[in-house]
Amino acid sequence: MKLSNLKYLFLRRFVQIGLLFLYFAGNFWGWKILQGDISTSMLFEKVPLSDPFALLQIFAAGATVGVNILIGALIIVLFYGIIGGRAFCSWVCPVNLVTDLAAWLRRKLMIDKIERKLWISRNIRYYMIVVVLVTSAITGLAAFEVLSPITILNRNIVFGLGSGLGLIGAIFIFDLFVVKNGWCGHICPLGGVYSVIGKYSLFRVKHTSENCTLCMKCREVCPESQVLHMIGKKSITVNDIECTNCGRCIDVCDDDALSFSITKIIKDNKESK
Amino acid sequence: MGGKEKKEITPRRRFFTDMAHHIGLGAMGVLLLGGYATKAKSSPLTLRPPAALPEDDFLKTCIKCGLCAQACANRPQNRDVNGKQLPGTIKMAKAGDKATIGTPFFTPRDVPCYMCDDIPCVPACPTEALDITKVTNPKTGELDIRQMKMGVAVVDVHSCIAYWGLQCDACYRACPLLDEAIKLKYDRNSRTGKHAFLKPEVNTDICTGCGLCEKACVTEKPAIYVLPTEVALGKVGEHYVKGWDTKDQQRIKKRNLKDITTHDERSKKKPLDYLNNGLGL
Repeated sequence: MKLSNLKYLFLRRFVQIGLLFLYFAGNFWGWKILQGDISTSMLFEKVPLSDPFALLQIFAAGATVGVNILIGALIIVLFYGIIGGRAFCSWVCPVNLVTDLAAWLRRKLMIDKIERKLWISRNIRYYMIVVVLVTSAITGLAAFEVLSPITILNRNIVFGLGSGLGLIGAIFIFDLFVVKNGWCGHICPLGGVYSVIGKYSLFRVKHTSENCTLCMKCREVCPESQVLHMIGKKSITVNDIECTNCGRCIDVCDDDALSFSITKIIKDNKESK
Repeated sequence: MGGKEKKEITPRRRFFTDMAHHIGLGAMGVLLLGGYATKAKSSPLTLRPPAALPEDDFLKTCIKCGLCAQACANRPQNRDVNGKQLPGTIKMAKAGDKATIGTPFFTPRDVPCYMCDDIPCVPACPTEALDITKVTNPKTGELDIRQMKMGVAVVDVHSCIAYWGLQCDACYRACPLLDEAIKLKYDRNSRTGKHAFLKPEVNTDICTGCGLCEKACVTEKPAIYVLPTEVALGKVGEHYVKGWDTKDQQRIKKRNLKDITTHDERSKKKPLDYLNNGLGL
């Protein structure tokens, strides 16, 4: 494998682990760069960044919050809404490290080829959003936040290891043996939220079908392979909201048929409709 | 006996079945998650950081970011003589802790609250689940540690060695509100006939629940310990008035009669039955 086949993967891991390190340093050494955790952080002690889904749950539970949180959630929504798309899932979320490992092992062990297929809908995540908000309203507690493997793993790294990692193990096994990309690609409501937020974002993967040799390596590594329906057919951008902009398809493509683009998006969108 | 005709699946039937399917799955999700969330909520013995909202509101509002815990651990004075950082008071609850997962709490026997003058944990809270107005003196507008109320210290008089007659005033000395929140009550020790008891007693109005006493207590398991206020304290009821207290007499004039109930389950029975038939409700 060429080093250029790992470019975005390396970059992504650098961002992901770098952020976790900054959170860790914020707690253990009092670094003022990034404090708090993934549900709400303070950047340089000034700029709040907040998880918009956690905020929605707090509202559903019937609480009022300080203005900092509102600003923080707005910043995040604007960032992913205009630029990043669903990039949170592949560039920030710590659970992605676990589920990507499971997906990689599936490919290496050829579990994909052997196991009996169990089909579950990729739309469960959107139902989960509603379920979580209804439950939050009924119980008066931000319901996803008490079992979210994302914040549990994040807190375990930031505030020191403790119990609760069993859930992470369960997700790993689920993804490895039960459903391919089971958690991130089907169930996680936070992924659903960021999908919706990033609907009109500018940062997209672009396909050039003239260069494509139909090797289908991209669809093999893609955690949301249904978004690559245009491969070898049409030269358009990936506009499906579930694309996490992880860039793995671009990495594995040896034919220069995939790239990141921001420029032609508006024109392309019109063409594809 | 007519043979069963094969029923056609009409669009209407399909619509209603699909609806039922989705609502059913959604309800299943809510029931599962709701059961878990309700269980996760019920930890009434949790001690929260200062200025926390009442437990129910706190659980609704806290976003579990840990900024309070970080402000606590990283405050400049939290270092030993060699400049090495000490663990903070506020911990973020893990799955095994006796607090709702992800929320901040503290365990006084491990690390009590040192009641810093600048209360760094409270302004750090972005959601106002730690409400700074609760620890702000309304007159001066400054932070006031005496307004903290994390809980209240309770003495188990049977395991407190001062109540045995041994001299120990560890909790009394450790208290940051010395001789106010904990007072020593002097009694004659009739067992020896020549010694005094120096019994610690907590003034629940003044005690902030910081837990320095619990940390200082010399017994194997602390004989003085902090409980959340609503767990530790009883409530007399509005209709009891101290006839010997002029201030309490004033209260009668102010109170709204509609707000006062003197009837409960027990008062349905006649007083004599209540006494003669025990407390059976």
